[in-house]
Parts: sequence; structure tokens; C-alpha cells
Amino acid sequence: MVKVVQVGTAPPTPPKPTGFRGWLNKRLPVDEFVDTQLTGYYAPKNFNIWYYFGSLALLVLVMQLVTGIFLTMFYKVGEATAFDSVEYIMREVEWGWLIRYLHSTGASAFFIVVYLHMFRGMLYGSYKAPRELLWLFGMAVYLALMAEAFLGYVLPWGNMSFWGAQVIVNLFSTIPAIGPGLVEWIRGDYGIADATLNRFFALHVVAVPLALLLLVMLHLVALRQNGSSNPDGIEIKDKVGPDGKPLDGIPFHPYYTIKDVVGVGVFFVLFSIIVFFVPTFGGLFLEAPNFEPANPLSTPEHIAPVWYFTPYYAILRAVPDQKIGALLMFLSVAVFLFLPWLDRSPVKSMRYRGWMSRLALGIFAVTFLVLMYLGLQPAEGLYVLLARIFTILYFAFFLLMPFYTRFEKTKPVPERVTYHAHA
Amino acid sequence: MADSGVITDGEGDVDLSRRKFLTAATVATGAIGAVFVATPFVASWRPSERARAMGAPTELDVSKLEPGQMTIVNWRKQPIYVVRRTPEMVKGLPSHDGALKDPKSESSDQPEYAKNEMRAVKADFLVLVGTCTHLGCLPKARFDAGNTAPELGADWPGGFFCPCHGSKFDLAGRVFNGSPASVNLRVPPYSFADERTLVIGVDANEKGVA
Repeated sequence: MVKVVQVGTAPPTPPKPTGFRGWLNKRLPVDEFVDTQLTGYYAPKNFNIWYYFGSLALLVLVMQLVTGIFLTMFYKVGEATAFDSVEYIMREVEWGWLIRYLHSTGASAFFIVVYLHMFRGMLYGSYKAPRELLWLFGMAVYLALMAEAFLGYVLPWGNMSFWGAQVIVNLFSTIPAIGPGLVEWIRGDYGIADATLNRFFALHVVAVPLALLLLVMLHLVALRQNGSSNPDGIEIKDKVGPDGKPLDGIPFHPYYTIKDVVGVGVFFVLFSIIVFFVPTFGGLFLEAPNFEPANPLSTPEHIAPVWYFTPYYAILRAVPDQKIGALLMFLSVAVFLFLPWLDRSPVKSMRYRGWMSRLALGIFAVTFLVLMYLGLQPAEGLYVLLARIFTILYFAFFLLMPFYTRFEKTKPVPERVTYHAHA
Repeated sequence: MADSGVITDGEGDVDLSRRKFLTAATVATGAIGAVFVATPFVASWRPSERARAMGAPTELDVSKLEPGQMTIVNWRKQPIYVVRRTPEMVKGLPSHDGALKDPKSESSDQPEYAKNEMRAVKADFLVLVGTCTHLGCLPKARFDAGNTAPELGADWPGGFFCPCHGSKFDLAGRVFNGSPASVNLRVPPYSFADERTLVIGVDANEKGVA
């Protein structure tokens, strides 16, 4: 048989499978899924190291679900039992310490991976048209993750759990008119109490994980609608070969599945080092005051949230007025939602933007890290002054974006992606 | 019923405005139903009967307190200090504003009606949440002005001393300079049902018992 390939048409369809595979595929589109989503799904060939973090986030999500399910088998929700049951897991359940450390370190790993994933999006303009919804679903995942992390932090019922819950829940009291009533409704009592712990448990193990899974799925569906962006910020679908496949694309499977496995390996090496040698990470991943039981009559010396919330916490404390502080903290998270519309640059990738965008993103990255540090320090003296300066820088990055992205001189974007094969 | 029995697939035979109305009416009815169904679930989060009973307002007969005396009442798992201040104590309050961190109680936590010079509804009665705003220890009563105990320093005007980390408060619960606590002792919501009955947990502008 002579193989005839016509320019601009799809290759001939392979013969229909028979036997069990045929039986299965008539009932479940297994082959079709593999064809369209894995082997026939083309991703840009110029991905760099920044493109590991999406798959790693998925990995950590699965890990958190598995370790979380096992923790619920031993954890006993309730004011009187929660703290002891966590100690029981740590000391008496076989390998319980490992399962818990995997879960607690996993929470911090989740945020490390997600922050790097978000920074990648900002570096290469991944949120720009036509991927605005992809970005918004990603942000929704991030918000759900923040809720999940906070709720989970309360469950061990240590003293920092209790006072952290106190501080965070009381933030809602700053909402005009409905605030105090809302706080009482959230707590289900006149203080953080047994009722609060019970509902936080329900939300942490059932409601928020379900929402997370749904949002992650929407994030992936939206990703596959337009495909991944890439470090050059050009659409590979615009340049297709005679077979209709993108010239600068390679099939997701096996190429990127194999590449991601390497990322998984490196990730687990680093992750294991933390789990086995420094699970509390010097009080950053598990805070010292949480090793004593919740005590409504004794506040920890210094209340600070876990590191991944501290940039926002620093912004909250930078403002002398509690209401405005809470509002600014809310805005500092919400402002990411508007990124696709604040960015008016004609190009996506930082590679082809002008010096202003590059400088702004650099300053923003430093600002985020400095605020993270400041949120861990006591709110006094120089720390407060610095927090104020960096809060202004934080918002300036977003509010000035429509101007510097529009007026700066950009470089010409290449027709094809920049790619150098390894010799 | 002339046209309803005729089955056609022609566009013209469908009364689109009627269909639109029925669709909208169905959606609206469903939405109202959803709100009703949501009510029990939302309401289940409110403090339960048990929590409400445990957190009910507490009454205290203040006529039994002698001037200069203090008693401690338990309300919502918090110790509430009730002090009957003597006229001398009241008179002395404005004298040491310069030594206080927050003399006007600007950044401290108290109901609006206690945000005054006396930090009280009635000048005679001081009502405070008895947990130190620093780390939650229980400050001790040191009401005797001029007490020469070394930890109180010179010219002690009378007040509270926290034994844990040495925070000092005056007779209105206002924190002195040099204390680790940064804000004044909290004032709980309270009111007087009559001349002698203090009600902790009911705001002063409300009438009767909650």
C-alpha cells in the first residue's frame, strides 16, 4: 500500500481496535483520551525548569490527600481529644510520625511549589489572553489552598492553633455591620471552642478538598483548551506542519511525562531531607508554641502564622487602623485576580519586555520575600516602618502595571520558539 | 386548547414569550426554594442551645462590694474583675496620664460606652476582663497607692500588677509605660439592670436581660 499524505489534512485514522480493547473503547473513551490528552496533546518544546511546578503541585495534592486520609484514621476531633490524638499519632501509631510529617511538610511544600508556579506565570505572561480563565481558576485553587492550610493548622489544637484561629477569625469582625455576628456564626460559640474545631475539621477533610479537586480539574481543562504558554510567550498552534501538528510542539506523553518524572525525583530528594532531618524547619513549618495544648488563658509570646501567610500578615500589621489593615490584606491577595487585565504589554514573556517590566517584577519578588520575613518578626520599631515601605511597593507593582507595561519599548518576538537541542 | 394539541416542529407554532415566562418563573421558584433549603444548614452554624446557655449573661449584686474591694466573676470561661472604686481612686485616675501607653484607650479593646476617662459606665465600678493583654496571665490587685514593693516602682498610684512578666495597669486597667503589654485591659460588655445589679454580657444601651 502506498502511503499518501496530503498537505493540510489529518493522517489516516488507525483501524478500530477489536477484542477487549474494542469492547472497552465502545463503552469508555480510553484510546480517545490518550490520543487527545496525552500522546496527541502537543506542548511547546522549549519548556525550562520553571515548568516543573505545575506537575509537582499535582503530586503534592495527591500526597496530601493520601496522608490526610490516613491521619483521619487516628485523629480524634474535639477540644478534649484533638491534641492528645496528634501526640498519639506521633508516638504510638506505627509510622504515625512519618505520615504526619509528610502531611505537615507537604503543606509547606505545596505553597513553595505553588508560589514558584505563580511566579512562572508572571515571568512569562502565562495569564495573558487567551488564558485569563486559566489564571483565575489557578487563583481559585490558591485561595482554596489557603483556606485548607489555615483550617488544617487549627486541627492539632495546640496553643498556636487556638490563637491563630482567634486572630484569623477575628479579622472578619472588622467587616462593618455584620462583622461581630459573622464571627459568632463562624465560631459557633462565643470564643474559639469545640464547635469551631468540629466544623473546621469537616471543612478541612471534606468540603475544601472537594472544591480543590473540582477547581484543579477546571484549571486543567482550561489549560488544554489553549495549551501551555512557553518562555517565549508565542502560540505554537500558529505554526503547524503539514500533518496539522504544531512545529514547535512535542507530544505531552512520553516527552513531558518523562521530564516531569525527573522533577518528581529531585523534589522527593529535597522533600525527604526536610521530612527526615528538619521536619519543623526551625519553627517555620511547625511552630514551637503548637507543641503545647490550646490554652484560652495564655497567649503565645508572639503570634505569627506559618511562613506562607506572612507576606499578607505583614501587610495587615503595617497599617495602624485594624479595619484598613484587614481590607489591605484582603486586597493584597485579591489583586492577583486582576493581573490579566492590569498587564497591557503587547508581549507575554519577560524575555521581550522592556527594562521597566523586568525591574518591576524583580522588585516585586524581593518585596514578597521581605514581607514574608517581616511577617515573622514582632510588629515593632524598624520592622513596622519596613513593612509600610514594602506594602507600598507591593501595591505599586500592580497599580502602576497598566502604565509601565503599555509605555515601555518591547523587543520583537520571534516567529518560532527559541530552542537549542543538546549536542 | 386549540393549538396546544398540535405537534409541529415549526418555529412559528412556539409561543416563545410564554416559554420564556415559564422558564423564568420556574427558575425563580427554584431559587426561592434553594434559599429556604439552605436556611437550616446556614443556621446550624450559629451557637447551639448549649453554647448559648453556657455563654448567658451573668449577674452580680454589687451592693455587697465594699468600696476598694474586688470580686472575680466567671463569664464565658474568662475571669471578670469587678472593682468598687473609692472616690479617692476615681479622683486619682487623671493624675498619671503621662505615664500611660494608651491613656485615652484609643488602641485598646472596650465597648463604646466604656471608652471614657473612667473606662466605665459608672465611675464607682470598674469591670475588666482579668487576663493580661500581654500573654493572658491574671494580673494581681495592688490597690494601695504608695505601695513600696520594688516591682511596682516609685509613686505607685494603685492598680494591677501581672506577676508573669511585670505588666502594670492603673485602676482603670490602663497599661503603664515600661510594661510588656501594649494595650489596656479589655472591658467586657456590661450594664446595670438596676442600682445594685451588674449584668455582664448585656450592653449598656440595651434594656433587660438577653
